[in-house]
Amino acid sequence: MLVIDENAARAAIIEAGLREAGHQRVTCIHDLNGIAARIAAIDPDVIVIDIENPNRDMLESLFQLSRAVQRPVAMFVDRSDQPMMEAAIDAGVSAYVVNGLAQDRVKPILDMAVSRFNAFSRLQRELAEMRSELENRKVIEKAKGILMKSRGIDEPSAYRLLRTTAMNQNRTIAEIAHSLVVAAGLLEP
Amino acid sequence: MSGLHEISAAFLPLTDSAVLVAAAALGFAEAEGLRLALNRETSWANVRDRMAVGHFDVAHMLAPMPIAFNLGLCPLKADVIAPMALGLGGNAVTVSVMLHDAMQQASEHRFSDAAAAGAALRHVVRARKAQGQPRLALAVVHPHSVHNLELRYWLAASGIAPDRDVEIVIVPPPLMADALAAGRIDGFCVGEPWNSVAVARGQGRIATVKAAIWRSSPEKVLGVRKDWAEAAPERLAALIRALYRAAQWCGDPAHHEELAALLARPEHVGVDVSLIRKGLDGRILALSGDAVPHFFEPFGGAATFPWQSHALWLYSQMVRWGMVSHGADNAAIARRSYRPDLYRAALRPLGAALPGANAKVEGALTEPTSVGASGGQLVLGPDGFFDGTVFDPDLIDAYVLAQAQDALAPG
Repeated sequence: MLVIDENAARAAIIEAGLREAGHQRVTCIHDLNGIAARIAAIDPDVIVIDIENPNRDMLESLFQLSRAVQRPVAMFVDRSDQPMMEAAIDAGVSAYVVNGLAQDRVKPILDMAVSRFNAFSRLQRELAEMRSELENRKVIEKAKGILMKSRGIDEPSAYRLLRTTAMNQNRTIAEIAHSLVVAAGLLEP
Repeated sequence: MSGLHEISAAFLPLTDSAVLVAAAALGFAEAEGLRLALNRETSWANVRDRMAVGHFDVAHMLAPMPIAFNLGLCPLKADVIAPMALGLGGNAVTVSVMLHDAMQQASEHRFSDAAAAGAALRHVVRARKAQGQPRLALAVVHPHSVHNLELRYWLAASGIAPDRDVEIVIVPPPLMADALAAGRIDGFCVGEPWNSVAVARGQGRIATVKAAIWRSSPEKVLGVRKDWAEAAPERLAALIRALYRAAQWCGDPAHHEELAALLARPEHVGVDVSLIRKGLDGRILALSGDAVPHFFEPFGGAATFPWQSHALWLYSQMVRWGMVSHGADNAAIARRSYRPDLYRAALRPLGAALPGANAKVEGALTEPTSVGASGGQLVLGPDGFFDGTVFDPDLIDAYVLAQAQDALAPG
């Protein structure tokens, strides 16, 4: 089993999943230098590639090259299993069955890869949201400070002022706070 | 805002994405009641697979790819048609500085002379063989690409067997220059701006250009999922009109500066504007400084017409290199992958000059020729191959047979 993913964290999650499912021979590759020789040495049954990998055309041709001399390569388990292929591509996974492994053995592997890819994207999304939430809070604190100082008002009043301005302009409090901080920076002597 | 038909389109960062990008960014789509949402993709495999599962309705696509889809050569099954081409030409063959110097030493030539460049390369290939050096590695972007087929044609017609005398490998366009610099490949065939990028970095030299190997030759097409096309023919017709007008705009040299700036933006090609400009003007970076007429032609000479003779030639080469077997059924599938009928139906209301025929004899026009067309005069060509061979789509059986016999001849 070979996992090719430039994102080392995601590759590790896939690898762990495969091992939990009882697959002991799992290799992860992040760096594509000398990849042709490594594929030949590892001789995998299934290859999982992150769909955003810009080298996917090259990798496919490597599997194709080995096909002429050795064995058939198919992308995904079964061309007729449309929902599974769609789920994989939606999740950002492409998978190649190299050794003609039986369908009932490959499908659980792919299902696992798809669910782990999805879980990883969800985690990343949540992390990005948390980060921007934290950023927003910092900016709002700063904007409140600017208002309190320049207008001589207390904190709850400063917050109310931000909120009503945001409502009147149909924007978020964070957006108003951000504009205020930028404007204040420009006006500074 | 609302009321516009939303169309999801994929493209790869290349100068020949110009027509699609211009249609989306400069109001040509809106004028037809469309909103063209562009998705910049990272590989042709992604364009192919995401198109097949319906992430995209249409795509900037390698000209052989719809044919490969319909012949069942793609991993995922889908019916894809090409109702329009996105221009002619636009590729070059770039080689390492070392290989370039060796070729010039073997016999001095200009890159615009594909026959002389090919002969020089044959000398180098033979000399390397005699000295027991490894085969040269030449890269193309995808097996089902015109790059692969035209490079192989140029090599074979120059007396170099593509699969025996050299090694042909796959490298994505933006990584070509790096692969050349690292010595992993000795040359490549790719679209602009990636040749000019390698030359500007001092890593490569132009060996020859697509426009010299096969004049007025196809490169990218508008790939469309057949079910999407059939679900709303008027929506497809509107898209073809928007792209036709965008192509007309792109084809006017007065707009090249603005077009180059648009393509240079990071969300499009993301390469220095002066390098993109070179490809548009036919002045790719080469030592001899020749300008190549019609190096990339987005509009003139019916550059957006989906000639079925183009589809059949591409198919004949897919047969030649063992991707598919030849038969009347397969040839018909290839021919019907290109849909001049849909092109004409969409553009007739504009009064545009449209070719009357669906196919032409490739190589019959040695100079620009006025042809009969509905809606006005149309000047085609010159077209044809550097070795003087003519491809008559009606005689495809003989053409395929002759090339198969060629392959059996001792090299």
